[in-house]
Amino acid sequence: MIIATANPEILSELDRPNSYIGKVVPRPNLERLMQGRGLYVSDMELPRMAHVVFLRSPHAHAKIVSIDAAAAKRLPGVIAVVTGEELGTVITPWVGVLSHLKGLKSAPQHAIAIDRACWQGEAVAAIVATGRAVAEDAAEIVKVEYQQLDAVTDMRTALDSVTPVIHPALGDNLAFERNLDAGAVDAAFAGSDEVAEAEFIFARHTGVTLEPRSVVSDWNAAEARLTIYQGTQAPHMVQNIAALHLGLQESQVRVVCKDVGGSFGIKVHIYADEMATYALSKLLRRPVKFVADRVESFNTDIHARDHRCRGRIGVKRDGTITAFEIDDLTGIGPYSMYPRTSAIEANQVVNLVGGPYVTKNYRARARVVFQNKNVMCQYRAVGHPIACSVTEGLVDLAASKIGMDPVEIRRRNLIADDAYPCASPSGLRFELLSHHAAMNKLMTMMDYDALRAEQAALRNKNIHRGIGIASFIEVTNPSAAFYGVGGARISSQDGVAVRLDAQGSVICQTSITEQGQGSESLTAQIVGSVLGVSMERVRVILGDTDNTPYGGGTWASRGAGIGGEAALQAAKILRNNILEVAAAILQSSPAELDIAHNAIVNASDGAPRIELNELARIVYFRPDTLPPGIQPELMATRHFVPREYPFAFTNGVQASWLEVDTDTGFVRLLRHWVVEDCGTLINPQLVDEQIRGGVVQGLGAALFEKCIYDERGQLTNANMADYLVPMSGEMPDIDVGHVVSPTSETELGAKGAGEAGTAGAAAAVANAVNDALKPFGAVITEIPLTPQLILTALGRI
Amino acid sequence: MKASAFAYARATSVVNALELLAAHGDKAKVLSGGQSLMPAMNLRLISPELIVDINGIAELRGIAVRGDTLKLGALTRHVDLMRSPEIAAHAPLLARAIAHIAHPAIRNRGTLGGSLAHADPASELPACMLALNATIIMRGPGGERRMAAEDFFTGIYETALSVQELLVAVELPVAHKNAAYFFDEFARRHGDYAIVGLAAQAIVKDGIFADLRLAFFAVGDRPVLAKIATKLVGGEVTPAILSDASMALGEQLDPQEDQQASASMRRHLAKVLLARCVSALLGRPDLKAGGSA
Amino acid sequence: MHVSITLEVNGERVDALVLPRLNLADFLREHLQLTGTHVGCEHGVCGACTVRVDGEIVRSCLMLAVQTDNASVETIEGLSDSGEIADLQAAFRDRNALQCGFCTPGMLIAAQDLLKQQPEPDRERIREHLSGNYCRCTGYQAIIDAVETTARARSGRQP
Repeated sequence: MIIATANPEILSELDRPNSYIGKVVPRPNLERLMQGRGLYVSDMELPRMAHVVFLRSPHAHAKIVSIDAAAAKRLPGVIAVVTGEELGTVITPWVGVLSHLKGLKSAPQHAIAIDRACWQGEAVAAIVATGRAVAEDAAEIVKVEYQQLDAVTDMRTALDSVTPVIHPALGDNLAFERNLDAGAVDAAFAGSDEVAEAEFIFARHTGVTLEPRSVVSDWNAAEARLTIYQGTQAPHMVQNIAALHLGLQESQVRVVCKDVGGSFGIKVHIYADEMATYALSKLLRRPVKFVADRVESFNTDIHARDHRCRGRIGVKRDGTITAFEIDDLTGIGPYSMYPRTSAIEANQVVNLVGGPYVTKNYRARARVVFQNKNVMCQYRAVGHPIACSVTEGLVDLAASKIGMDPVEIRRRNLIADDAYPCASPSGLRFELLSHHAAMNKLMTMMDYDALRAEQAALRNKNIHRGIGIASFIEVTNPSAAFYGVGGARISSQDGVAVRLDAQGSVICQTSITEQGQGSESLTAQIVGSVLGVSMERVRVILGDTDNTPYGGGTWASRGAGIGGEAALQAAKILRNNILEVAAAILQSSPAELDIAHNAIVNASDGAPRIELNELARIVYFRPDTLPPGIQPELMATRHFVPREYPFAFTNGVQASWLEVDTDTGFVRLLRHWVVEDCGTLINPQLVDEQIRGGVVQGLGAALFEKCIYDERGQLTNANMADYLVPMSGEMPDIDVGHVVSPTSETELGAKGAGEAGTAGAAAAVANAVNDALKPFGAVITEIPLTPQLILTALGRI
Repeated sequence: MKASAFAYARATSVVNALELLAAHGDKAKVLSGGQSLMPAMNLRLISPELIVDINGIAELRGIAVRGDTLKLGALTRHVDLMRSPEIAAHAPLLARAIAHIAHPAIRNRGTLGGSLAHADPASELPACMLALNATIIMRGPGGERRMAAEDFFTGIYETALSVQELLVAVELPVAHKNAAYFFDEFARRHGDYAIVGLAAQAIVKDGIFADLRLAFFAVGDRPVLAKIATKLVGGEVTPAILSDASMALGEQLDPQEDQQASASMRRHLAKVLLARCVSALLGRPDLKAGGSA
Repeated sequence: MHVSITLEVNGERVDALVLPRLNLADFLREHLQLTGTHVGCEHGVCGACTVRVDGEIVRSCLMLAVQTDNASVETIEGLSDSGEIADLQAAFRDRNALQCGFCTPGMLIAAQDLLKQQPEPDRERIREHLSGNYCRCTGYQAIIDAVETTARARSGRQP
């Protein structure tokens, strides 16, 4: 294990002459984005393209008695008004279950609701017109008669016998339940010196991607081919599902992703309105464009993190944590999302609570219940923020009970850095983590003792600052254990094809996708490094099922670890192939040659022998000059899939330093720190920026974000003035440091890094607020930590 | 979200604007800055048949000092208030308040007249008008009307303006030589609507308030001039006096409950602002924490 | 129903016939195919649609196209082609102050607006001026760094 210094040029086993791995290089795709010349799906126009607007249920739960679209259809510019029944002739419904989530049940969901709307915002009709404005005019005059039904809007009572069952055929509103009992929990609590418990409440969040969900679906009836332009993270998954439900072969469907204005998991799911858009294109035999507006986004983009989790921790006087126990309840929407299911988040919570610690006694129950609210599914760091906030909140409560410093209690319970490989009570297998090294580094970076002294001094002046610490583990590089085993046709492998072109440039096609995290850059950096080619010569093609290998895409922090390894292996093969041809041309042997600075060189002294573009010219245009029998192959493809570990776990620790104005309840974030161990860093700057972005999403969760539903199931703050996202004025600077524990499952050694920031940020802030409020005896275990909540906890209002 | 269709007219003068408003009544909406009107229209919360664009009316522009009076045209943009030397000299409270309004791009378009006519209870400028003892000047079919700012705001998005009237200007007395000002608001993020705010103008002589106008906003359905100001005028403000005034303030205010704050939280924050304001204006740090019951 | 307008966009004269309800953002994107100006909320909160009208930054989703008659409009494409923000863009690139890039045109225009008014803003001031531009990807710090670096370079100080 290597501790990474501030200098990003770390040595790695891939340190070749001019290796890009571990270096900060600018991303190749930035210029077009900065000049406003990107191509986002929302920018796209095709000939004869029509626009769809969805008429959406204003009620959380209602029978659709009748739809009268006669007047709407007559409006000039309106092409069609289509109901769920009509669309049902073109597209089949789906059920969001996976077989490995035992007992998970859900009801069939249609692209457009038939008979019944089950959440406020569910589409009940589609209006297709020549423009969005006209379609909205028409939507206003479609007459829908609803018969309102009782809505299930409180997860706490969703399973009560008096509460209506949303899908009677399912028997009750329980979508999924998981129970885990490891070690000897009751004995452990009985033997504890102190037991602390709390109910942790997490607000519902949504992603608020700046570019809303956008699809252009182009059914070419003459070719019988469907081209879907969509900002999806998983184009092959979309290809598979669109084909399946539209009665097409996968080979008839092409999915293209160009620039994507933010995703964070929001755009990795299958949405009813997007499926409806594909179907409408087929029905109407022309391109159809759907761009969700901001209000629609709030109402229909997946929500996440709506949990109430009771937690308990046992501890001995010497700081030994004896047991963790949780009872987690989460209220999703009326359907489990497709195809990844809405049970994964709760499943992760059960898996991850207590993860960083040696404690073997752990009991958990998680229940997922249906509600008449928007659908819920995976959003950045899936379940980790809940698990980390509960775990780290409990650890701080335990520390309080025995009067121990929060860092000290963690030091006494974090898994030792030399204890690997090992497994958690929930069955997670850890290859190599670095909890203690990370904590040590954090202490140095933040100068913990100095902050404690400052805190004490300021308390005397009635200024209340707090320090919060949160250790965490993070799932990355998932194998088929995540989705594949459950029957989902979601690939857990990825592939890269790399070739040397006639002018000596390198073209890579990769099945991972880019939403701004740097997938294009990391691929070019790896390929350039292995081939000895400068990055300006490397072009990366991604996001096109017609022009890339088959793969999973970018999600669950898998792009660098899995796609990167595939790029590395493919480039190695191509390098060997190039050296074989070079050896033949130069009458040498591959072992005596190398590639550096875009040229074949002597391995011994680096002297250039022949330029790559010259070699390419010979191969492509003058093979007659090659020795007999040689069939040069200047293209190579390799796929990679994790086989040994179901997940490549990473670890880290975060700290928050903040001030609470106890007169107003306002929290000022002063600074934030993250020490992260994600193995080999391909581009340290990009990793750090992913962490910062992830942290700020977690800070938004801690202080600001909440989807506010009323008791009738109405989302009452579906706009950007009332749903508070973090803006620059309130965010702190974030210092990032690294420990490096490469995975030995790949040659690259890279694990994932995209979600770590979000996993622990809210936990650190919550612990910091409670630390600040210690003198007042207030403990808050709910987020967002609004001024209202804080003033109430302080007894000021 | 696209606005419903509407007709558009560019008014060439106040008279022309009034003609259009008279003809169309409540089916017409005046477009000045558009920073509140356009979101409402894009969200289809309102669907006027006619938009009367007054941005071209020259007589509505301008900041002028005449003797003891500062006259501000209705089309004065927020950014103009920030940059104006006349405002800095004669009504510095406005320059301080503007910094809290939304963001630069909004301030470049938003207008004084628009903000006052829109009368969002959480907005800054209506309260500033109360603090500065401003007179609102309107024109309609019946000619010109002048009204004290404290009578102008009648409810949430409600003012004394009839649908056929246009707010054309605001007049305020130029700052007194011993005038002191305070402006602050509590908002979750820079530029957000205030949860509670206070715009205050005082005349301070030898550590005593000779005059004090405390205009609270986001504490009810309109900006409120706190009656308790009289308790603080004319003599030394002791912690006990401030505490008493603070309690009475809580009784005068009838704040709304919404997603940002409960009524009791708003009352509490108003008291915190009162203490901070009095402390700042009098240079009395000992009063800063007092006053919140 | 359509209104005739004549305006200048990125230095080019444009004559158009538009419906009153067409907002400036949609006009730029759909009628002129200048898609660098993005639409993120249509209620003036996110800043993605920020452009310059007569030299001042505005939310183009809150202006009607008909209001730009006789006005001069500048979009990110124009500011890029003229080279006016080349140093700012270079700083963004070097610092990776953009990820998905959707907020970036608005962010660059707002940042340039600050630097034109205040050549040496401190970090707090930069954060304040950009407080109306939403970014979900970067967490803002890299953007603040890039603007700060550019400010220093423009005023001749070492970065």
